[in-house]
Amino acid sequence: MENLVQTALNNVNMWAIMPSIILVCFAMGLLLINAFLPRGATKPAMWISLIGLAVTAFSVISGWGSPQYGFSDAVALDNFATFFNVTFLIAAAMTILMSDDYIRREGYPIGEYYPLILFTTAGAMWMASGTDMMTIFLGLEVMSISLYVLAGFFRGDVRSNEAGLKYFLLGAFSTGFLLYGIALIYGVTGSTRLSEIGVFLNAHPSLLSNPMTLAGIMLLSIGFLFKIAAAPFHMWTPDVYEGAPTPITAFMSAGPKAAAFAAFLRIMEYCFFSLKPEWTAVLWALAVLTMIIGNVIAISQTNVKRMLAYSSIAHAGYALVGMVAANEIGYSAILFYMLAYTFMNIGAFAILVLAGKKGEENLTLEGLSGFGYKRPLLGVAFTICLFSLMGIPPTAGFAGKFYIFAGAVKAGYIWLAIIGVLNSAVSLYYYLRVMVYMYFREAEEDYSWVKVPVSVVVSIVIALVGIFYLGIIPGAVMDLARLAIF
Amino acid sequence: MISVYHYMTIAAILFAMGTYGVLTRKNAIVIFMCIELMLNSVNLTFIALSRHLNNMDGQIFVFFVMTVAAAEAAVGLALMISFFRNRESIDVEEIDLLKW
Repeated sequence: MENLVQTALNNVNMWAIMPSIILVCFAMGLLLINAFLPRGATKPAMWISLIGLAVTAFSVISGWGSPQYGFSDAVALDNFATFFNVTFLIAAAMTILMSDDYIRREGYPIGEYYPLILFTTAGAMWMASGTDMMTIFLGLEVMSISLYVLAGFFRGDVRSNEAGLKYFLLGAFSTGFLLYGIALIYGVTGSTRLSEIGVFLNAHPSLLSNPMTLAGIMLLSIGFLFKIAAAPFHMWTPDVYEGAPTPITAFMSAGPKAAAFAAFLRIMEYCFFSLKPEWTAVLWALAVLTMIIGNVIAISQTNVKRMLAYSSIAHAGYALVGMVAANEIGYSAILFYMLAYTFMNIGAFAILVLAGKKGEENLTLEGLSGFGYKRPLLGVAFTICLFSLMGIPPTAGFAGKFYIFAGAVKAGYIWLAIIGVLNSAVSLYYYLRVMVYMYFREAEEDYSWVKVPVSVVVSIVIALVGIFYLGIIPGAVMDLARLAIF
Repeated sequence: MISVYHYMTIAAILFAMGTYGVLTRKNAIVIFMCIELMLNSVNLTFIALSRHLNNMDGQIFVFFVMTVAAAEAAVGLALMISFFRNRESIDVEEIDLLKW
């Protein structure tokens, strides 16, 4: 008995979860501090959460190159997790920077907003570093439950209520599928540890065609495809993204989506590598469907926020192309693309936050008429973010798409790369249309309500620096991404 | 003799019933109950398999699932209350402001 306890204790390695411990401590401390702050004082909460993110970032980055494994291999803080963790932290920091004036303007200066973002980030970090179905599931739920609250954060706003309720019902529904998949795979292999599942399935090839295994993989994939908003499980995305508070929409489309990709990638690569030809064939079809649905429906949108929601579906499709390629370039391109997407998408949303009026008004194309002339600097920044989303050089979006399609071509999926590039061309239409409204329409208003607080400017500057750094010298980060994959 | 297959079958039937309920019911709380039914059928699967395989992992997983389901219920019911306060209904057919 004593031996058992000793072995169990030796297997616990707190360093493997140190970054998330720090982050959660900050978040819980912040909840406590909020109770003593006067109502409406959100600035201190913002600063504390930013400090928390910075300390966590230090802890994450200092772990690069020296992987930590803990809790009997249920958690692995390897380079893969570190790369994704940095992405989540950047997304959270940019979101927090653009939020403060926004929640004040909308009339919900509630301090709990920031701890919830930190909890979401911590959940995302567990997902990226989980190497056991249990840790991945827990991370997913910590992330999702905080996001349900954030999506419905504006209690008095009916649209925010709807977004929260819809996200909750569909999210819980998809969790049911995910869990059933995990249960079936546990039944087949007798383990929830990813590497053990992979080894067991590889050693027993007869199990690979067992209906229970296949049903398990299918249900598990449905759970993850729902979270990354791949077609045909994307129906919730536009509604939730439109109804949720704008900074939360930005955050959801970058951080949690990257987390779902991280966990999905790790599970597919660790557990089901023996079935690679089969699942890449399925993902091939889903990637094409996701790109086409996202891009084609985005064309008909007049609300810019909803348009960006559909474009985020399309971008999930591009990232899936990297998974179909399933080679070194493809996988590292997903890591690169998620980082690039964080910069360009959150940057675009930051400007949308500024352009909007109280009550989430003025987010339509018409509402942006002449915005580029009246507010030249913001107009240029928005243009750069949109160029990057289109994939025009020398921006991050171009480099990301280049690597993704290069991976697909190298793996022999020429047609997939061609479909992807054609989809990119389609996306030019709806991104350029925003610019047409911004620069070629007479301004009906003088945009006098647009206030530009310093914190939002910092967020936009981070986005622009990221876009150009990743666009002009992509090699540096791509080398890191190569070191990060398995 | 009741074997693991019987438990698995019961769990699969419960899961299918839950899924059917989510897809057909109109009241958000009933939908949520159906989701709970799905989660509990998963728990039953886990426990039956855990017993069958002589492996504790499945039972530990069930504790996590129950904890998470409780947290989810707290958040979900809170969201329903705030929706009800604004719309005086929790009929999902009235969740219709956001569409394309």
